[in-house]
Amino acid sequence: MELKSNVPSGPMDQKWTKHKFDMKLVNPANKRKYSVIVVGSGLAGASAAASLAELGHNVKCFCYQDSPRRAHSIAAQGGINAAKNYQNDGDSVERLFYDTVKGGDFRAREANVHRLAEVSVNIIDQCVSQGVPFAREYGGLLANRSFGGAQVSRTFYARGQTGQQLLLGAYQALERQVGLGTVKMFARHEMQELVVVDGQARGIVVRDLETGAIESHASDAVILATGGYGTVFYLATYAKGCNTTAIWRAYKKGAAFANPCYTQIHPTCIPVTGHYQSKLTLMSESLRNDGRIWVPKMKGDQRPPNQIPDDERDYYLERKYPSFGNLAPRDVSSRAAKEVCDEGRGVGKSGLGVYLDFKDAIARLGEDKIRERYSNLFEMYERITDENPYKVPMRIYPAIHYTMGGLWVDYNLMSTVPGLFVAGEANFSDHGANRLGASALMQGLADGYFIIPYTIGNFFGSNKFAKVSTDHAAFKEAEANVAGRIKSLLSIKGTRSADTFHRELGKILWDYCGMARTEQSLTTALEKIPALREEFWHDLRVLGTGEEINQSLEKAGRVADFLELGELLCRDALERRESCGAHFREEFQDAEGEAKRDDENFCHVAAWEYNGEGKTPTRHVEPLEFESVHLQTRSYK
Amino acid sequence: MGGTGSDQTMNLTLNVWRQKNRRAEGEFVTYEAKDINPDMSFLEMLDVVNEHLISRGEEPIAFDHDCREGICGQCGIVINGSPHGPRGATTTCQLHMRSFHNGDVLTLEPWRANAFPVIKDLMVDRGAFDRIVAAGGFITAPTGNAPEANSVPVPKENADLAMDAAACIGCGACVAACPNASAMLFVAAKASHLNLLPQGQPERSRRVLGMVERMDGEGFGGCTNHGECEAACPKEISIKFIARMNRDHHKASLLRIFS
Amino acid sequence: MNAVAPAATPARSAPNRLSRLIGSTIGLKLVMAVTGVILSGFVLGHMAGNLKIFEGTEAMASYARLLRFEPALLWLVRLVLLASVVLHIVAWLQLFKRNQEARPKAYRQTTRKEADYASLTMRFSGPFLLLFIIYHLGHLTTGTFHPNFKELDPYHNLVTGLRVLPVAVFYLLAMAALALHLWHGVWSLFQTLGAAQSKQASFARGFATIFTLVVVLGFAAVPLSIMLGIVK
Ligand SMILES: Cc1cc2nc3c(=O)[nH]c(=O)nc-3n(C[C@H](O)[C@H](O)[C@H](O)COP(=O)(O)OP(=O)(O)OC[C@H]3O[C@@H](n4cnc5c(N)ncnc54)[C@H](O)[C@@H]3O)c2cc1C
Ligand code: HEM
Ligand code: FES
Repeated sequence: MELKSNVPSGPMDQKWTKHKFDMKLVNPANKRKYSVIVVGSGLAGASAAASLAELGHNVKCFCYQDSPRRAHSIAAQGGINAAKNYQNDGDSVERLFYDTVKGGDFRAREANVHRLAEVSVNIIDQCVSQGVPFAREYGGLLANRSFGGAQVSRTFYARGQTGQQLLLGAYQALERQVGLGTVKMFARHEMQELVVVDGQARGIVVRDLETGAIESHASDAVILATGGYGTVFYLATYAKGCNTTAIWRAYKKGAAFANPCYTQIHPTCIPVTGHYQSKLTLMSESLRNDGRIWVPKMKGDQRPPNQIPDDERDYYLERKYPSFGNLAPRDVSSRAAKEVCDEGRGVGKSGLGVYLDFKDAIARLGEDKIRERYSNLFEMYERITDENPYKVPMRIYPAIHYTMGGLWVDYNLMSTVPGLFVAGEANFSDHGANRLGASALMQGLADGYFIIPYTIGNFFGSNKFAKVSTDHAAFKEAEANVAGRIKSLLSIKGTRSADTFHRELGKILWDYCGMARTEQSLTTALEKIPALREEFWHDLRVLGTGEEINQSLEKAGRVADFLELGELLCRDALERRESCGAHFREEFQDAEGEAKRDDENFCHVAAWEYNGEGKTPTRHVEPLEFESVHLQTRSYK
Repeated sequence: MGGTGSDQTMNLTLNVWRQKNRRAEGEFVTYEAKDINPDMSFLEMLDVVNEHLISRGEEPIAFDHDCREGICGQCGIVINGSPHGPRGATTTCQLHMRSFHNGDVLTLEPWRANAFPVIKDLMVDRGAFDRIVAAGGFITAPTGNAPEANSVPVPKENADLAMDAAACIGCGACVAACPNASAMLFVAAKASHLNLLPQGQPERSRRVLGMVERMDGEGFGGCTNHGECEAACPKEISIKFIARMNRDHHKASLLRIFS
Repeated sequence: MNAVAPAATPARSAPNRLSRLIGSTIGLKLVMAVTGVILSGFVLGHMAGNLKIFEGTEAMASYARLLRFEPALLWLVRLVLLASVVLHIVAWLQLFKRNQEARPKAYRQTTRKEADYASLTMRFSGPFLLLFIIYHLGHLTTGTFHPNFKELDPYHNLVTGLRVLPVAVFYLLAMAALALHLWHGVWSLFQTLGAAQSKQASFARGFATIFTLVVVLGFAAVPLSIMLGIVK
């Protein structure tokens, strides 16, 4: 397997412009003849499907929810970055580029990041013209705020519902095309298999989640925009249905999986309350603009927070990172929280929590101002915890939130399987080893609106396409595989539900491959996961049949794939013998406990090639070069 | 453990609508929910009940959900006659068991409307909402056409009001709550969001006519201004937007008649 | 899966466009509101006229003569009122059918949060009013149901008519129905006509309350006074 990044030559700020000019075009009259399958209707999928249909392509779009509007992009609260420099605070494409490369701890491909920063400005224009109701100032112009890991105000937002509003913009553009008949939408359909014919991605096999029918769909190119795989940890800020199935099936059909171990942990989530917990809820990072994070100085301090005097509190982020303070990047803040909890200074019954305190901000700005800024978040917190954050500090704890890893793609966002493109969180492209706040929405929309529509046109323009129908043997084989897998899940007839396995897998990953990892812990995980998988295939219980709505069956299929991915994730973490960004190996830290990169040996992307059932996958390497932003140690002190 | 700090668990009786598929007749079945922690969410309570059912070899109760944080709009159960349950401004997934008491008997039903066929147990098909949006709930702004974002200022008041309407999560609780199973609040929220913005003006008439025609075609009922929809709306969208849409619709219809 | 939804296609002729307005649920509701305004205006005027009874026989008779001063005009007004009632009812029947079909299977349990007694009983208060209107026309306009009817002597007809207790009670019940109907209806027509208003506290709510009180108390004053013997 060869990892050709296909980054265009030329100066960094000219690459994309030059590439756009060099790309082949498809005659407008012929566009209709090229069909595209888009799996996913989140920011990346909906924007790609709508844009491709607007160009005249024949599009089919799939999602597992009952409506494309419910993709998990909907849950993003905080905002979206763009280098508009509306605040006149010195922002620019170059600065956003620099911040993102640095934020990613020098593990992203420079050229991709630069392009992302370039198109960021077009995204805001596009969304505003679609009617996205971004926050505005009294003069009628757009408002901005600052976000973790940045020193400029470049984040655009729509109350605490930015992802929702951006997604609705893309969804409406998509529905417009559905109305025009250029996109066929398949909601409640789950992709089960990628179909490769003569080395090219030519379609997919899906299961209709209502009727259970297994259907084939053929096309000239396939785009996977199926989101992140963080639910492999069970407890995460993801939606319950988020899965790895689509990209995992593609991996098994030859698409390399890059950097699976780069999983981001968000510092401000509501702590776990009990064993029945089914998901974790994020409290937007924007809260860190006004909230101060602390734990008691004394171990096991049982006093209620308001009775702990200021000099007995440890505002540990402000202490350790004076220049960024409570706004230190996610990986840094999360680890710091784990550290104080490991020392026994955590708060709440479980001891796994730290305080996020608004007392000083309320004293300084007044309760009304705080209410105006965060009321919806405060209400959400109160609904979940039954505590009033205006009176008592919030309790927060880190949780799995984003996956930087994903299918490997070249500069054109094409995977190692020709004709298979990957967009949004599902690819590995732009965030390196750590994503900055408000950058995922930007990336999803950049991919879907402004990159894939060009690069896919180039792909169509420069290749010949034999006609392939769903009668092709490859489709029949894929359908049989899907049917076979469903049958085996249903016929185990063991004693345990899929959820119990999922929970157990999540616990293994969190304990041994979570915020801090060691050779020892990863080896342990690599023993435990295959054993759990073994048990899964012997003791799973799925009731009902495959010919109806069967949520247990859906879960089981997803957990089966997570059980395989979990192993790859740990393997990748084991092999990356350095600390970088969100990947923290305890063996590799400096005297002050900060992550220590090894640029000598690990300044590369690791992309895994599937070698077949039971065989160890091969680790390929794409070296990373830094021409514009020079390698340096990340510091937020 | 969570905020209430209460470890007191509770036992509940659930009367749950069970229906195999679209065509099947459904019926209520009674289940016991034992040892429920008040800090659980309503859906976590159902998870626990389902685990018990599975271990007993009975098929679990099917219910829709995804984000479990009150934003995707996929969840929705009518609990004792209230869509999303007794607590205002709260989706089913954000409802916590501390809103109930030990010994409560709860009736769980799906959204009931002709336009939302039940597909299994507590799950319904809300495709009608997507079709209404496809019939006009958008601004035609193909990718690449957009002018510079700050070239059209939008008064903050309008932007805020548009956002109030845009907060709709499309869950369908308004339809479920309406005595006439009317979709007016959903349609009005979308139409108002777009009609309030300068970018939405060129298609203002087409939008409202197209969406309302589709809405009627899907078999939703009409509005009799009871206000049940806004009371059930987890995002507290006001029926003022219905008045706004009425106005837009009258205007557009009259323009159409006299043009 | 989404079926492809046809976008709004331009209607060709004006009548067709009109029928598309009237055919929509919003259009039907508009018909109810416009006819509701006419009927509400009428009940207000009618009530004011009735108060003449407190000025005596002559005032009442001259008021009746005034109404009959121009028969063509009278008939025009009657026609508009009749048309309003008919349209009001026809539109409602159409809506009612759609609303029934919109929920073929009822809930086992329903909890109402914001709907009030008045809004939930519109479909009973309305038909009751219809019944009343028919009786009332036969009673005091044509005299068909009146045992002691004198052409062009409304004072006499009223006083002798309403002295009968069951009749007076029926009139009062009708006024209660009218109160419910107007209290929701007048608020509702603001909403239908497109004036953005909140249901709990708004100009429309206040207006509806005052309007209802004025009309209904004004009307009820007549049978009450007759029953109590204040007007003889
Ligand atoms: C709680 C939360 C808050 C966040 N806040 C921010 C923020 O403030 N700023 C920011 O920049 N980023 C934020 N993020 C990250 C960001 O929201 C996501 O990374 C981004 O939205 C992902 O978009 P996507 O289009 O790639 O995937 P998604 O939106 O997850 O969409 C995935 C799509 O794929 C479909 N799909 C998945 N699997 C299958 C399958 N097997 N078959 C068929 N369809 C399938 C799904 O139905 C869905 O339509 C947040 C994330 C979370 C969870
Ligand atoms: C004195 C005569 C009447 C007056 C003043 C009157 C007034 C009104 C008004 C103002 C409305 C509100 C319209 C809107 O919501 O926009 C209304 C609604 C209604 N009317 Fe009447 N009405 C009268 C007679 C009747 C009759 C005779 C019937 C039925 C036979 C009737 C049935 C209804 C019903 C059912 C509604 C509710 C309609 C809905 O909300 O869908 N009304 N009326
Ligand atoms: S599950 Fe998403 S809103 Fe309830």
